[in-house]
Amino acid sequence: MIPAVNKPENTLNKYSFDIEGGNFNAAGTVSMRIKAILKEKGLPGDVVRKSAIVSYEAEINIVSYARKGFIHLTVTPENVEIEAADEGPGIPNIEQAMEQGYSTASQEIREMGFGAGMGLHNINFYSDKFDISSEVNKGTSLRMIINATQLTKDI
Amino acid sequence: MKLRDVKEILDADVIVGDEKLDTEVTTAFGADLMSDVLSFAKAGCLLLTGLTNTQVVRIANVLDMAAIILVRGKKPPAETISMAKSLQIPILTTKYILFETAGRLYAKGIVGCLEKVDTGSEQT
Repeated sequence: MIPAVNKPENTLNKYSFDIEGGNFNAAGTVSMRIKAILKEKGLPGDVVRKSAIVSYEAEINIVSYARKGFIHLTVTPENVEIEAADEGPGIPNIEQAMEQGYSTASQEIREMGFGAGMGLHNINFYSDKFDISSEVNKGTSLRMIINATQLTKDI
Repeated sequence: MKLRDVKEILDADVIVGDEKLDTEVTTAFGADLMSDVLSFAKAGCLLLTGLTNTQVVRIANVLDMAAIILVRGKKPPAETISMAKSLQIPILTTKYILFETAGRLYAKGIVGCLEKVDTGSEQT
C-alpha cells in the first residue's frame, strides 16, 4: 500500500463511489465514471479497458448480490487500483465461485446479460494482481491492480 | 465503411444517431452475453446483439464502441433509447438474425474485433 501523504495530487487521484444493492437501473454507472476519469487522465487504452472490465463486473456483482457496497479507485503513476467491497451474503466457496460457468445468479441478472459465471473469472484474468476475501453473511472484498507502466499493446 | 453503409447492407432502421452515420467502422463483435462483450469487444467496433436493456448502452460507452446493431428485429425500450441519445451511441435495428447480420457485414469487409479468444488457461 502507498502511504497517505498530504500532497494535493494524491488526494486528487483517489475516488470513492457508493453502490446500492438491487438497483439494476443504475448498474454500470460507476464503471462508466471510472472509465471517463481514467481516459481523461490520458492512461493507455489497454489500461483503461482492463480497468473498466474489472470494475464493471465488480459493480454488477455488488448490485446483484449485496445490500450495499462501494468502489474505491486509486490512480498512481505505477498502477490503477480498484477496491470493491460489499455488505452482503458473502461467498462460501471462493474457489468454486472463481470457476468459469459457476453462478448463483437470479433470472433478473441473467436477463441483463450477466450471471453466466464469468464475472470473477474475468476480473482475475484482466487484473495484473487480484485479491479476494469473503465472509459468509458479512460481505465480500475485492482488490484489483492494473499495471499502468508496463505498456502492453494498445487496442 | 461508414455506418451509413452498414445501415444499407443490413436494411436497418436507425433508432438513435442519424447524425453519426458517417462514422467509420471496420470491426464488429457479436454476443448476447454481456460478460463476454465486456471481455472481448474493442474500441470502435460494432456491437451485434439481441439484448436491448440499458446494460448494452453502458457497456458500449465503457468500451468506446462505435454503434449497437440490434439483430432479429429487436426494438429497444424507451430507457435504452434515451440513454443512447444522451451518451451519443447510435442504435440500429435489423431484421436479419445474428448469423446473417455477421455474414453480410463480413462479406463486405467488416472483420471481427478479434479472431479467436485467448483464454489464458493454456499458459498456466
